[in-house]
Amino acid sequence: MTAIDTHTIQDAQREERRARLFTRINKADKWFKVLGLSWLTPMLRAAVGDNPKAQVKEIWKLLGVPLVAIAAFLMFWATLAPTVQTSLGAIPGPGKVWEEAVGLHQDALQKGEQERAFAARVDERNQRLIEAGRADEVKDIPFTGAPSYYDQIWTSIQTVFFGFLLATVVAVPLGIIAGLSPVANAAMNPLVQIFKPVSPLAWLPIVTMIVSAVYVSNDGLFAKSFIVSAVTVTLCSLWPTLINTSLGVASIDRDLVNVGRVLKLNTRTKITKLVLPSALPLIFTGLRLSLGVGWMVLIAAEMLAQNPGLGKFVWDEFQNGSSSSLARIMVAVLTIGIIGFILDRIMFALQSLFTFSNNR
Amino acid sequence: MKRIIATLATSTFLAGPALAEMLPLEKDILTFGFIKLTDMAPLAVAYEQGYFDDEGLFVTLEAQANWKVLLDGVIDGTLDGAHMLAGQPLAATIGYGTEAHIVTPFSMDLNGNGITVSNDVWEMMKPNVPTMDDGRPQHPISAEALAPVVDDYRAKGEAFKMGMVFPVSTHNYELRYWLAAGGLEPGYYGQDDTTGQIGADVLLSVTPPPQMPATMEAGTIHGYCVGEPWNQQAVFKGVGVPVITDFEIWKNNPEKVFGITAEFAEENPNTTLAITKALIRAAMWLDENDNANREAAVEILSRPEYVGADAEVIANSMTGTFEYEKGDTRDVPDFNVFFRHYATYPYYSDAVWYLTQMRRWGQIGEAKPDSWYDEIAQSVYKPEIYLEAARFLVEEGLADEADFPWDSDGYRAPTPSEDIIDGIAYDGRAPNAYLDSLPIGLKGDQRVVGNEVQG
Repeated sequence: MTAIDTHTIQDAQREERRARLFTRINKADKWFKVLGLSWLTPMLRAAVGDNPKAQVKEIWKLLGVPLVAIAAFLMFWATLAPTVQTSLGAIPGPGKVWEEAVGLHQDALQKGEQERAFAARVDERNQRLIEAGRADEVKDIPFTGAPSYYDQIWTSIQTVFFGFLLATVVAVPLGIIAGLSPVANAAMNPLVQIFKPVSPLAWLPIVTMIVSAVYVSNDGLFAKSFIVSAVTVTLCSLWPTLINTSLGVASIDRDLVNVGRVLKLNTRTKITKLVLPSALPLIFTGLRLSLGVGWMVLIAAEMLAQNPGLGKFVWDEFQNGSSSSLARIMVAVLTIGIIGFILDRIMFALQSLFTFSNNR
Repeated sequence: MKRIIATLATSTFLAGPALAEMLPLEKDILTFGFIKLTDMAPLAVAYEQGYFDDEGLFVTLEAQANWKVLLDGVIDGTLDGAHMLAGQPLAATIGYGTEAHIVTPFSMDLNGNGITVSNDVWEMMKPNVPTMDDGRPQHPISAEALAPVVDDYRAKGEAFKMGMVFPVSTHNYELRYWLAAGGLEPGYYGQDDTTGQIGADVLLSVTPPPQMPATMEAGTIHGYCVGEPWNQQAVFKGVGVPVITDFEIWKNNPEKVFGITAEFAEENPNTTLAITKALIRAAMWLDENDNANREAAVEILSRPEYVGADAEVIANSMTGTFEYEKGDTRDVPDFNVFFRHYATYPYYSDAVWYLTQMRRWGQIGEAKPDSWYDEIAQSVYKPEIYLEAARFLVEEGLADEADFPWDSDGYRAPTPSEDIIDGIAYDGRAPNAYLDSLPIGLKGDQRVVGNEVQG
């Protein structure tokens, strides 16, 4: 009797645990989707023991098919690449590109060592100066060697975020104004339409000249080249946010607006309590588009202006014209693609955090 | 020993000897620009061999997209100095193009360029080139062999186009020199016409060095004049054939210089000296023991942050040989000279030659007296800084007293006629007489008005 009892109790407990696990998995699923790991859900479900057949089918759809597609792409690449002869030799296949990626990693490690040796030399110099009683000449000198591949990636990411933040700071308020007031919208619309399609390559010379004229100091907080790249990114990426924000603000539920009127909300409260929350999904859609555009634009700007970053890396390799240049450029292309994807996912995750509406 | 005592006496409170020798620098964090060409080697070597470090200089070397960007960088202060075309400081100082007073205390090298034509053009030229006993073409090849090809092109109604790297580049003048020596008109620059194609048989235009082979492969130009490794690259890629090196046009002609603004030199005299010291040591290292270090230099240059081309391509010209047609490799021991023949001393006569070429092709529109050439040369070329730096090196035991022309008045002995392809001697002291002796080009009071030469 007691034995059966414990069994039923245990069963009930197990059922309960399973149910709890499933709710947890379902909750996590939302995040897996955001992070692009939705295939984890069926795997976890299968692990807990939920209808394995159905889960396998899900796994195949979410993980198997993409993997097969990637494999097919790699095979296509590997077979077709060697058939095209360029002046720098055959187009490199995936193997060669992987080799170069490893080479770049090793190169970065080596540069790290050089950097440490450099820092040691600087320390030694400063120590000697202190001993010589010339402590006022002690300086922290930044590494003067060539940046590693990772340094270039990091520079590009910093630049794109700086430009993107600048664009957001400009575009969101303007968008709100345009959305709230038809007059402001009519004023801004033609300018937006004209400037939106301008390519970064056209902005760049203008930005370069203006930054050179305005930002005279060479020892400022930011390097001139950094400002030039970032401002170019800003100019090209502010439009999607601006347009989506004004659209989001303009299409607030009329009822909400009326309620606001009845409650006699002041402008500030109206914007923070009514306008922003309901426009947020569209604003985030705009931001996501903006960041994507910014990332694309940045590489072009860096290539043309020779500003530090991945774009410069690509251009330098193109100019080097060595036998490994093409493969290295392909490493950069893949890196640019993967980072662009990650940036988009980050914005998507933020959007899911801040908005309650369904995914857009 | 005497030196050490002297040092101790003047600066007894200093601890390390290395520091004691260091000049008190006005600025020790510097950025230098360069173009991806083998003749930037002194900069890379000074960095990699630690010569900048020895002077207490912390230098960042940055590759630049093209000569214009590089010059603008030096003028606006983004760059503290740069590997420059010898014509750039001169043109900037006289206000041709961007105006700014740029000076040079250090000449970077002699020779190092070549003229390449596309395979098609070479096939058409070949019958006009005399051969040696073994059937290989006889060098140097005169542009006379090219003249019938240009005529063919014109008969077909097609323009014959060639590339050079910058309007005031050595390459522009060398290509023009070679063409004119073969009787071809390379065209004049007018007051309002900066294309340099007035009255031209061969149309010259600007293409950045690393893009030369690709531009020729695409058929936009039929040949070009550029520095290494972009002539050898054409051979390796099988897209063209170098027909002549600049060594064969003019033996040991001056090439690049290290340029800084006059303002920088004035505000940072010790830094300027320290830079010059480091660069002289780098040049010495490059030519030491009969080019013994060239293989090591090739390895440095082949790194992606410097020239970045394959080591074997760079080695082709850096180690004393030059490959003309594929498989036709010949010895040109002085293809790149970095220190021998007083290569690093900034001679006024070198500056004057560039000025005469600017005058010859109309970039300097009006006739100028000989004294003007001397004045400009003296305001741009700074042998006094060079010699002061050299003196420090000799005192420190790092250089040999005999390696420097201490008593020079800044003018090389006139280049004899047999050292120049058209057999016209060059004397930097008499620029106007030299201009008059060249058959093609402006001379006397001649001016380019509209589309023609007057006077």
